[in-house]
Amino acid sequence: MSSSAAGHQYQPKTNVGKIANFVDTRVGGSAIVKEFGRKIFPDHWTFMFGEVALYSFVILLLSGTFLTFFFDPSMAETHYEGSYVPLRGIEMSVAYASSLDISFDIRGGLFMRQVHHWSALLFVAAVSVHMLRVFFTGAFRRPRELNWVIGGVLLILAMAAGFTGYSLPDDLLSGNGLRIIDGVIKSIPVVGTYISFFLFGGEFPGTVIIPRLYVLHILLIPALILLLIAMHLFLVVVHKHTQFPGPGRTNDNVVGYPVGPVYAAKAGGFFFIVFGIIAAISAAFTINPIWNYGPYDPSPVSAGTQPDWYIGWVDGALRLMPGILAGFPFEWEIPFPWGTNTLSLNVLFPALVPAGIVFTLLFAWPWIEAWVTKDRREKHLLDRPRNAPTRTGIGVAGVVFYCVMWAAASSDLIATHFMVSLNDVTYWLRVLVIIGPVIGFIVARRIALALQRKDREIVLHGRETGRIVRLPHGEFIEVHEPVDEYKRYKLVSFDSPVTLSAEADVNGHVSKGEKGRAWASKFFFEDRVAPVTPAELEEAHSHGHHGEVASEHDKAAISNK
Amino acid sequence: MADHSDGSPENAVTVAKPGQGGVQKFQDPGLPPHRPRLADVDPRAEKRAERQVGVLFLVSIFGTLLFFFGYFFIPLDQTIANLRLQNLLLGLGTAFAMLGIGVGIVHWAKTLMPDHEIAEDRHEIRPEADRADAEKIVGDILEESGIKRRPLIRNTLLGAGILAIFPAIAIFRDLGPLPGDVLRQTMWDEGVRLTRDPSGTPIRASDVTIGSAFHVIPEGLNEAEHKLEEKAKAVVLLMRLSPESLNPSPGREDWGYEGIVAYSKICTHVGCPVALYEQQTHHLLCPCHQSTFDVTQEAKVIFGPAARPLPQLPISVDDEGYLVATSDFQEPVGPSYWERGV
Repeated sequence: MSSSAAGHQYQPKTNVGKIANFVDTRVGGSAIVKEFGRKIFPDHWTFMFGEVALYSFVILLLSGTFLTFFFDPSMAETHYEGSYVPLRGIEMSVAYASSLDISFDIRGGLFMRQVHHWSALLFVAAVSVHMLRVFFTGAFRRPRELNWVIGGVLLILAMAAGFTGYSLPDDLLSGNGLRIIDGVIKSIPVVGTYISFFLFGGEFPGTVIIPRLYVLHILLIPALILLLIAMHLFLVVVHKHTQFPGPGRTNDNVVGYPVGPVYAAKAGGFFFIVFGIIAAISAAFTINPIWNYGPYDPSPVSAGTQPDWYIGWVDGALRLMPGILAGFPFEWEIPFPWGTNTLSLNVLFPALVPAGIVFTLLFAWPWIEAWVTKDRREKHLLDRPRNAPTRTGIGVAGVVFYCVMWAAASSDLIATHFMVSLNDVTYWLRVLVIIGPVIGFIVARRIALALQRKDREIVLHGRETGRIVRLPHGEFIEVHEPVDEYKRYKLVSFDSPVTLSAEADVNGHVSKGEKGRAWASKFFFEDRVAPVTPAELEEAHSHGHHGEVASEHDKAAISNK
Repeated sequence: MADHSDGSPENAVTVAKPGQGGVQKFQDPGLPPHRPRLADVDPRAEKRAERQVGVLFLVSIFGTLLFFFGYFFIPLDQTIANLRLQNLLLGLGTAFAMLGIGVGIVHWAKTLMPDHEIAEDRHEIRPEADRADAEKIVGDILEESGIKRRPLIRNTLLGAGILAIFPAIAIFRDLGPLPGDVLRQTMWDEGVRLTRDPSGTPIRASDVTIGSAFHVIPEGLNEAEHKLEEKAKAVVLLMRLSPESLNPSPGREDWGYEGIVAYSKICTHVGCPVALYEQQTHHLLCPCHQSTFDVTQEAKVIFGPAARPLPQLPISVDDEGYLVATSDFQEPVGPSYWERGV
């Protein structure tokens, strides 16, 4: 090393300065501060969801570490001798007993369990909502496709982290959850039984599943999540954040607040707010009162049990699938030369297909859209959901599909709460899971188109002021007020792609794929509302305004009122 | 209403056609002028905001003290009330401590820190010059390593690398035993008494009145070495119906005893305990996924996601009047699996 640092010999004056200088000359801190100290972050309330996800994951790590100091994942048999009297002397696993000890004999243990469980629920929720935000605003487009995929993997890992943790206390409820997983695994053709035996170390429930899930839950899955979060944030820095279109915001700039001090303060303060809200919920609302369920036993089960919310849609799909439909059974005995094998489509199909559809479309979506639009330019400006009506419709269809299955996981509670037949609830949901997404698509796309028209209306004729005026000749009109140029620019500065018809390749041949793309393009963009052009605005002004002041004479009449 | 400005797609005037849209666009007016906040112009508002932030930080201090109070002064005894109180105080204390800091900082940022929006340029993610340099570097690296020129090295390395993965898979072989036949066998056998779950006391046929149902385990289960694994297969529901309401198929007439029938309690869907017996309708309902089985039709599926009837346990009565099994189940119990029918 040449002594460039030693050459000029900067001499700090204060003690803090000396420490800072020591660190700076060892790690190159100045360059980092120069790069990030005033980096610009755009501000919008919808950009918070990712932060909520990140912060609830930090809280999960903190509370989870506390819990590991007291939790013992052993499935050895013991007799409970702790403070909770109703379970004293009952035979149970060490894992369940230590979960009870955390709840009843360790000060703050119950609180930490509550914080851990609530922040897990919030973590998956925040990841999901964040992904919906990214989808509906088109933030997955180039150059962010891979970060979108990382986000999808993080969503799957979040669900896996949640489920492995949910099973650890080894209470009756989580044991039944594991039993369902075992049943689903066994339905996998050829290897299912083997996977089940390898996972459980033999027959269900065995004595190894809790320690194995524990290692997955506290080591492997969090490490993967951390790694992917690091990649996710690294790519956010590389790409810089997206922003909504508006005055002064272009595809080539980022408008917002500098990291220091404003953004750091807002984002840093927000961590404490998320923590505070989770703590308040944990103080007031009991989650997973394992002492009410008792230790796992394969025989009893309580009615009205449900998984944590993020597993609900898969459980709901299991409930919706008919085992036998109009006399047609979905379990098949298939004769092979070596004997008969059993294929349980009534389990395999709902366990794999809905999740398969959702995640395949999710992962492929950036490429599907690029294929349809042939638009592979970088997109740093977001779409308002209304300005991409077909995408918005498809997103809503996905949400409806998910939510119907989610509701199905509560079909028994819906039936008991609303005093309706459980069977009817299931029949209705079976229909809804098919036609609900179609209705959702049509309605959402129509609403988006209608909102775009409303935007045009506002640009061309101004906003409604609510002032009703009677003209001298007796006509009542509402006075409209033109929007200022900033608001107007926000309403007109969006791309409205047009249908791209099929194009021939160099040989003059139109391929089948290209025809399909043209069809998709028509499906996406046939119904469209274009942004107002200056000429249209000019025309609207010069023609006098419908529903607005009709003539100069009348204008005078109004202002003199 | 289809006036020329409503933007309806069928209206050719306002809706741009391909080639027409984007011809003319509004000029970007640039960032809107900064609007000063109250605290920017009024020193008293500034002072007030400063005090508010301070108060919020004091709230946090109060919250931390509340936490300590709950931790040190609420003793955990064997009452639930104290546990609840402590949990409430710890939670509220933490909530105040965190929200005080968080809301305080955000309030500080929003009222007192500069709120001028700043524009920063984006940079090309991959400048062409970098790409060219990188391509040359990678080319040089490959060239110097000689991997392209020496196929012997490349191919043997490839082979060695692929093969070296397999031990990492094989080493997990001992995660569990092979299934073998264990899923076909339960503790039930000829002469094994039906006993109550969980006490293990045997059941006389005369104890089982019409309309009643018993949760049943095989005799000796509580002393079994692998109790939970055995129980996960062997639990049975015992019901007595009037004999004429049962419709046994040929060969199964003697599987019950005077209207007493026993069915596996493990759902044939994914293995939950089918724990709910509807006495009036003789239906068995699984609370997990609502599969419903009709006991009068040999536990046939009449609703829900299960596809197979619950296996029936053939029972009889021994010399002392206790209910006993006459054999094991005739088919595997619980959820279906690939080798089930072999």
